[in-house]
Amino acid sequence: MASVSLFKPRYFTADYWKKWFRVASSHDNIATLNPRQIYILPTRWGILYAVMLILLLVGSINYAISLGYYVTFLLASLGNMAMLHTWRNLVHLQITTLPASTVFAGEVLQMQLQIADTKNRARYAIAAQFEDNTVVREDIAAYGSQTFLVPLQTQQRGWQTLPRIKLYTEFPLMLFHAWAYVQNPQQVLVYPKPSAGSTSPPLSNIGQTGGKNHVARGDEDFDGHKTYQIGDAPSRVDWKASSKGVGMLSKQYSGDGSAILLLDWAQTSDLAFEARISQLTRWVIDAHAAQQHFGLRLPRLTLPPNNTETHYHEALKALALLD
Amino acid sequence: MPKASLKNTLSPTNLLNKQHLYWLLASLALILAIHTPNLPIWVTASCGLFGAWRYFAVNQPLLMPNRWLLMLLSLLVGLAVLLSFKGQFGRDASLSLLVLMTVLKLLETRFIRDYIFTVVLAYFLIGNLFLFNQSMLTFALSIPPLILLTATLIHVSLKSPQNWQFLLKLAGKLLLQSVPVMLILFVLFPRIPGPLWGIPQDAYSGMSGLGDNLKFGNISNLTLNSSVAFRVQFKGKLPPNNQLYWRGPVLWHQNGNEWLMPSKRIGLRNEILATTGTAFDYTITLEPHNRNWLLLLDMPTLAPAGGNFTHDYSAVSNQPVRKRIRYSASSHTNYQLGTALGEREQVLSLQLTEGENPRTFELVKSWQSLSAEQKINKALQMFREQPFIYTLRPPILRENPIDEFLFDTKRGFCEHYATSFVYLMRAAGLPARIVTGYQGGELNPNGNYLIVRQSDAHAWAEVSLQGQGWVRVDPTAAVSPERIEQGISEALRDSDELPLLARGDYPLLRKAFLNFDSINNSWNQWVLGYDDKKQLEFLNQLTGKKLGLSDLVFWMTGAIVLVMLATSYFLFRQVKAKLNPAQQVYQQYLRKLKRVNLQPNTGEGALDFASRAAQSLPSYQQQILQIASSYNALQYSEQSNDGVQSDILKQLESLVAQLNIKKP
Repeated sequence: MASVSLFKPRYFTADYWKKWFRVASSHDNIATLNPRQIYILPTRWGILYAVMLILLLVGSINYAISLGYYVTFLLASLGNMAMLHTWRNLVHLQITTLPASTVFAGEVLQMQLQIADTKNRARYAIAAQFEDNTVVREDIAAYGSQTFLVPLQTQQRGWQTLPRIKLYTEFPLMLFHAWAYVQNPQQVLVYPKPSAGSTSPPLSNIGQTGGKNHVARGDEDFDGHKTYQIGDAPSRVDWKASSKGVGMLSKQYSGDGSAILLLDWAQTSDLAFEARISQLTRWVIDAHAAQQHFGLRLPRLTLPPNNTETHYHEALKALALLD
Repeated sequence: MPKASLKNTLSPTNLLNKQHLYWLLASLALILAIHTPNLPIWVTASCGLFGAWRYFAVNQPLLMPNRWLLMLLSLLVGLAVLLSFKGQFGRDASLSLLVLMTVLKLLETRFIRDYIFTVVLAYFLIGNLFLFNQSMLTFALSIPPLILLTATLIHVSLKSPQNWQFLLKLAGKLLLQSVPVMLILFVLFPRIPGPLWGIPQDAYSGMSGLGDNLKFGNISNLTLNSSVAFRVQFKGKLPPNNQLYWRGPVLWHQNGNEWLMPSKRIGLRNEILATTGTAFDYTITLEPHNRNWLLLLDMPTLAPAGGNFTHDYSAVSNQPVRKRIRYSASSHTNYQLGTALGEREQVLSLQLTEGENPRTFELVKSWQSLSAEQKINKALQMFREQPFIYTLRPPILRENPIDEFLFDTKRGFCEHYATSFVYLMRAAGLPARIVTGYQGGELNPNGNYLIVRQSDAHAWAEVSLQGQGWVRVDPTAAVSPERIEQGISEALRDSDELPLLARGDYPLLRKAFLNFDSINNSWNQWVLGYDDKKQLEFLNQLTGKKLGLSDLVFWMTGAIVLVMLATSYFLFRQVKAKLNPAQQVYQQYLRKLKRVNLQPNTGEGALDFASRAAQSLPSYQQQILQIASSYNALQYSEQSNDGVQSDILKQLESLVAQLNIKKP
């Protein structure tokens, strides 16, 4: 182990240095970028520009060209001004983090940021991103505020601390890269990733109150369409109707309201731990889509059958936090 | 370099849009236009062609050349440059290659990275403009492309497209804000005397001036050039015009058509100069001419700094004059030079190629018995009395040119008269030599200095007389006294052979030109001539102290920090939003309420705040609610009737004025 750290000391890794950066932290979900939190470095264009300036200066000296000095110094000063403007474009921005909606693990969370100018000047091309995720770029009017939908790829279920958001800008000349980090203590609940297959839940012997044919998914009668929502079973998607260009549509069935489904942890005993959670999540989604009453029995928690929205989210939350 | 920016510039979202490309094409077209005089025509033409290609490819992406075609084109272009400049890879060839490569780069510009690379190259091209020309015009011409190019760069940094006014305004603003630091750097950045390495041969090809030899046609060619050779500022009064002989190279050696300077190996003795009368003190600003001559008034008594006298009293600098230089000197117009000739001088100043010009030798045979003075007069008399004509366009002379000139054509320029006169003297046994230089000059009344142009180039003779030394004889004066008394414009009065500015007609144009020249002179002295010496001289004068390099750096850093602080203050301060009249009155009302600790919360509207305030101040309830409602009416109603609006505003003003809240 010692030899490993000898060849790759920890301070060679980017992550080691990251913790040394000052981060603007949010209070009541509002963070303001103060001057001490702004970092600025030349971009590779800035370096190219500097090399060009050095060549101009050397040429001016060599050929004793007075106006060569003029261009060199004007452009050097321009670069310097660009640095001030880049920095000024980012400083004193106010970032409000709006509550995030829930997603299933593996999906992209759209973090809503409300970024506002507090200094009565328009800001241009402000970029926001969770590191290693896609960048969003927006302008902000003077004293105005702009919504940024910053995507974050989720990996794990459960309560997730949001990674810090990087805000940066290279306006106006792309010669400098000014950036700042915003940390938000808000936690986001990520539901478990539903399993892909649509194996129907085994019918439980308890909880079958209705007398009819208990088809668990409750898809007897086609009842119309609803817009596709994440978690809808692929079998439910009406591909034919969706292809008409009105967006993805899922088929809605009116299940037998009286059919009650009890989803039990024990029913998935042949699967691995995470797969069990995924399977149950899939059943919960399907049951909810069918507006079916369902109950959930987990190792330390049992939810009585119901078919309300709250119940659905409670069930998913319970699955997300299962350990 | 931050990792994120690198990744983002490479992502396909950084493909350029049409607007980006149009801006880049326009900037490059402007730079190319300004560089046109410095480029061979074929380079400008092919750049135009490549540019047009890219222009059409904006809408037809299929027209974009592939990598192999581009490589082939680059190779061809490189080869063409090599051939066009005959393998001489100097200043001109490098510029042509750089311009061509920049334009070729356009043909593979699809992404932001290529775009910015091209912009940076284009900035460099603007800087190269001054390798060729540093006039005020070139300076002025460099400003529009700088603004356009900066706007082009801003364009690519934006998220949403902005109109051209926004881009140009922001670019202009950025450049203007850069001027103070630029000025500080220009004045205080320590100037390093160049060159740092060898300079390509062709770097000074544009410079003109006297050569080191004299052939028929040399000086008359120079006379067609109206550019300034040097400017002279006299401390006291000026010598009369017919004494204004500016001494350049002295030519001793005749070889057919050509007259040359004597080889240094011959080792001629230094001539001795004796002067009488008053001295003329003056300062000369010499334009670069890529030769060593330092022109001085006949006869200088002291060599200027950085130069020395040759044995025949022409001043030469240690280095070729490749930038504008200034030197002070002192001269006497009454003098005696080199009273006794040594043996070598005797031989060399009588040297003639044998077997040429038989008719001339025939002529001087009859002069054998005459004294030296009489021989001179005889020759001058011949020029004066026979129909000799002073002209810039003499007929071409072939074999025995002196014979042809003296007996047949009789039309010539100063070089013809000077060479044939010296030839006559030598043939008659009198030691003689040719002096080249300038004669006359034009007084600029605005700056009280003398402008000597290339068109004042002149050649005259010096004859060695027993007991008197070298005596100046100007045979041109015999043919055309006006040339010496009034200058070349008078001598060639009604001729359009001369360049416009050397002519006597168009007095208004001339006056305008003289005004311009005095500005140009200051430009040359203060902007272009601001080198290491001038910098220290200027700063020592300004501060009254002797400054060193470290002082320079100290003051430069200090000044930049101060200017940056001031600029930052103006950049970072919060500009108050402009309030409309209703808002101004409303602010008064808020101030009044603040005194009793009532302030609107963030996001609380006027009406909400008013009802809250009215609750805690029940006695003012009516007023407060009225103020809020009329303020809202002014701010948010769609009421377009100005009369109604101003009525409500008046009402609001009086309501606020009447609101006098007494502290409980």
